Amino acid sequence: MTATYNTPKSTFWRGYREGLPFILVVAPFGTLFGVVGTEAGLDIIQVMSFSVLVIAGASQFSALALMAEDAPTIIVLLTSLAVNLRMAMYSAALVPHFGKLRTKTKLWVSYFLVDQSFAMSIKEFGERPDQPINNKVAYFFGIVLAISPLWYTSTLIGAIMGASIPDVFSLDFAVPICFIALIAPLLRTLPHILTAMVSVAGALLLAWVPYSLGLIIAAFLAMMVGAYTELKLEQKNAS
Amino acid sequence: MPLDPTKIWYVITGLAIGTFLIRYSFLGLLGNRELPTWFLRHLNYVGVAVLPGLIAPLILWPAATGGSPDLARILATLSAVAIGIWKNSVIGAVLLGFSTLYIVQFLTT
Repeated sequence: MTATYNTPKSTFWRGYREGLPFILVVAPFGTLFGVVGTEAGLDIIQVMSFSVLVIAGASQFSALALMAEDAPTIIVLLTSLAVNLRMAMYSAALVPHFGKLRTKTKLWVSYFLVDQSFAMSIKEFGERPDQPINNKVAYFFGIVLAISPLWYTSTLIGAIMGASIPDVFSLDFAVPICFIALIAPLLRTLPHILTAMVSVAGALLLAWVPYSLGLIIAAFLAMMVGAYTELKLEQKNAS
Repeated sequence: MPLDPTKIWYVITGLAIGTFLIRYSFLGLLGNRELPTWFLRHLNYVGVAVLPGLIAPLILWPAATGGSPDLARILATLSAVAIGIWKNSVIGAVLLGFSTLYIVQFLTT
């Protein structure tokens, strides 16, 4: 018996439909980046270049925050790239599914490899592991069509609105609040909680270190505490 | 204080290339190579290690108040953290955080 599969075309549109709920996350986040970027003094071309070329919201916000603190370029880059390192895990996890694609397609997949396209694809491929590679690619790009054009346009809308929003709305607080919203749901295991606590304490105590290096030191310490706690918990549970 | 345009473009270019290389790393460059467990274990905590430290000074010493701690921002933070952990909701945390901020600002000014 041969299994029957839907066409890549119908799989593409299923991906698109299943990606639509992310509109609720992507549109406000993109708009906010446009607004905050413009308020920080970037022009529309610069704001759009961030969202189109980098296409990774959290790192874009972190770059803005560090530039506003006048951190050196190398520190801005190191810290913001660290925020994106999780995507190396996404890349690794997709190798079994996308490893055999043509280079050109892999380049496009990589460009569009964001939290939402990854999370939905890996769920889909886990549920339907044996579908043809063309369907898997179609599903991935269906999700992408639902979110990425919206990411660009919402950034643009935010950038146009940007300068017209008065100070009374305290938009300086938008960046911290967004990061809190991204991190808080993770704070459910002991290693994650300890990591966050060391990160906060370290960054505050080391705020005097020049070139914003204190944050990088704090992050390294926090990461080691998290990994060490996880290891100890595993050993404890195993014994 | 205006940002230096040259610096902005360095950051955009560097972040764009670096982020792309991270995304392309295993798919295009490294293939199916196994990474050491200790490395993956650390990688898992990068986000939680960087972001709280990045925002902590912005919350405690906001530029908008000239760097002195502000009750509204602290309460907004606590409520956003609480709803984020409790309801596992990104949008909920943003909405409640900003509502708290505006309400406390309105009541205290």
